[in-house]
Amino acid sequence: MNSTLPEKHILQPSGLKLRQQRTEVVIKVLLAVIAASCVLITTGVVVALVRPTIDFFGEVGITEFLFTTDWFPLYEPPDFGVWPLVVGTFTVMLIAVIIAVPGGLFVAFFLSEYASPRTKRYLKPFLEILAGVPTVVFGFFALNFIAPNVARKIWVFSDVGFYSALAAGITVGLMILPMMTTLAEDAMAAVPRSLIDGAYALGATKRETCTGVIFPAGLSGIIAAGVIAMSRAIGETTIVLLAAGSTANFTFNAGEPMQTMSSFIGFAGLGDQPTDSTGYRTIFAVGSMLFIITFGLNMLSQRIVTRFREVYE
Amino acid sequence: MVEDMNKVMNSGVSSSASPSKVIGVSVYSDNVQSAEGNTPALEMIMESQDLKVHYGSYLAVRDVNLQVHKNEITALIGPSGCGKSTILRCFNRMNDLIPTAKVSGSVIYRGIDLYGPDANAGEVRRRIGMVFQKPNPFPKSIFDNVAFGPRVNGKPSKQETEELVERSLKRAALWDEVKDRLKQSAFSLSGGQQQRLCIARALAVDPDVLLMDEPCSALDPIATGRIEDLMHEIKGEYPIVIVTHNMQQAARVSNRTAFFNTEVDADATRPTGVLVEYDSTQKIFSAPSDPRTEQYISGRMG
Ligand SMILES: Nc1ncnc2c1ncn2[C@@H]1O[C@H](COP(=O)(O)OP(=O)(O)O)[C@@H](O)[C@H]1O
Ligand SMILES: [Mg+2]
Repeated sequence: MNSTLPEKHILQPSGLKLRQQRTEVVIKVLLAVIAASCVLITTGVVVALVRPTIDFFGEVGITEFLFTTDWFPLYEPPDFGVWPLVVGTFTVMLIAVIIAVPGGLFVAFFLSEYASPRTKRYLKPFLEILAGVPTVVFGFFALNFIAPNVARKIWVFSDVGFYSALAAGITVGLMILPMMTTLAEDAMAAVPRSLIDGAYALGATKRETCTGVIFPAGLSGIIAAGVIAMSRAIGETTIVLLAAGSTANFTFNAGEPMQTMSSFIGFAGLGDQPTDSTGYRTIFAVGSMLFIITFGLNMLSQRIVTRFREVYE
Repeated sequence: MVEDMNKVMNSGVSSSASPSKVIGVSVYSDNVQSAEGNTPALEMIMESQDLKVHYGSYLAVRDVNLQVHKNEITALIGPSGCGKSTILRCFNRMNDLIPTAKVSGSVIYRGIDLYGPDANAGEVRRRIGMVFQKPNPFPKSIFDNVAFGPRVNGKPSKQETEELVERSLKRAALWDEVKDRLKQSAFSLSGGQQQRLCIARALAVDPDVLLMDEPCSALDPIATGRIEDLMHEIKGEYPIVIVTHNMQQAARVSNRTAFFNTEVDADATRPTGVLVEYDSTQKIFSAPSDPRTEQYISGRMG
């Protein structure tokens, strides 16, 4: 029977193959829908931010927003100088990054070159637990432990009260430490073993191999990890809200209470702002600014990654 | 024993002055030491004694006794998986870096056991350099690649470093090709150049012995030829142990050849490498004493 089939059937798929091909099509459509919804959601967020932000700048001058230094948007009469939030954001971020980036690198070096497989097996779960601690818990840890026992002890420039950017920054640093470690470890794992062996074969010690080969060879990934840690620190709300207080001081003293952009949004979002008020739209204006900063950092990280990427072949 | 080998070698010279044909391969008369006829001094640099390596519970290679002599190139040949790289890594303690690897027996280097209390792994690796299968330059400039070793082994001044880099690149026959672009990335070099850079990098720490694990397997024939010429030039200064899967190469470059094979031991499930025969290259390629050597070589030579 088969032999009488016309020639053109030779190139047609048969039963099972045909079903497999249909499944292919279904999966393809499904994936396309998911991909499209990502684009849609992003666009939605941007649009939701843009409308109220435009309205906000219809009511508040952009010069007041960008060039004055008093931030009392929910008071009467209100002040809309965003600088205290910007300074607060970068202060907390800087302290967190000073802790998390070297700390994460150090742990990653230890895990990739020093630790025995056994030590690694015991250490890794601790990092995972640390990564899984809810930020609220970190917030109270900051208030009850870091502020009195760490921040107050190390800050020689001034007294440190109950709330401080310092305690918040240190705790945010601890919170992002596991993530920084994992990302740095991934970056180091991407360094070919042959390069590391090459260094050891020249008589280099572990430290010399880490600083002389693994670090420079993994630099692009490590920088990207640092930038992601920065974005994460900038975006952290709960810890800062709990530990740094809710007054937008315009100060460069990290021992003082401060407010960050994120913690302002968290704080103002909790209060009941009528949806049609300037106070409500302030949240979106600050949100837009936060979005632009994080977006900028992500772009920067991508530029850096391509700029420093090493091709090993 | 030593005299026997020399007789064999010397007879090779007397029978033909130019490359002699051995199983269809030309063996350079250069392979044969001391054409004057008197017994050359065979100073032993390194020796393995009952060397055995486990990876976890798997015995990868056992009972390896071989010697490395001054002014000589020693080739390790044999089918893949027979433990050639493993043995080579024992000679400069690179196996220490593999957590599961366990080395037993000893490697005596100039009277000192490399695995004994008097040996520091870093110093062992500085004195016994290694060139790898695939060129592995660091993602740094050509200059910094060569300067890496000296910099980690003491702190040479800028001028000392520059001199050392130049000298090493010259010895690796790469200087003329790179002297105007020392600041460029090492990745801008061709594969063969990269491998010579890795040789220069190894020479820059002034080693005593050079280990090479299939250094030409990623290179084209012309680049291979250059590396082989280079080996001939430097073997007087640095005795070389080379792993190669290329019989012609072993015959061309080496003075002595060790043939490894695999055997499945009675109580094992996976094959274990053994050293079948170790002798002068002439002997191994013309009149091996073990039939397994004969079979492997004639099979591989075609
Ligand atoms: N790092 C390692 N871990 C476990 N087994 C290994 C490792 N390296 C090599 N082996 C095993 O040891 C045996 C010898 O390997 P190798 O020394 O690389 O042989 P060759 O270089 O002769 O091809 C092989 O069976 C190989 O699978
Ligand atoms: Mg090998």
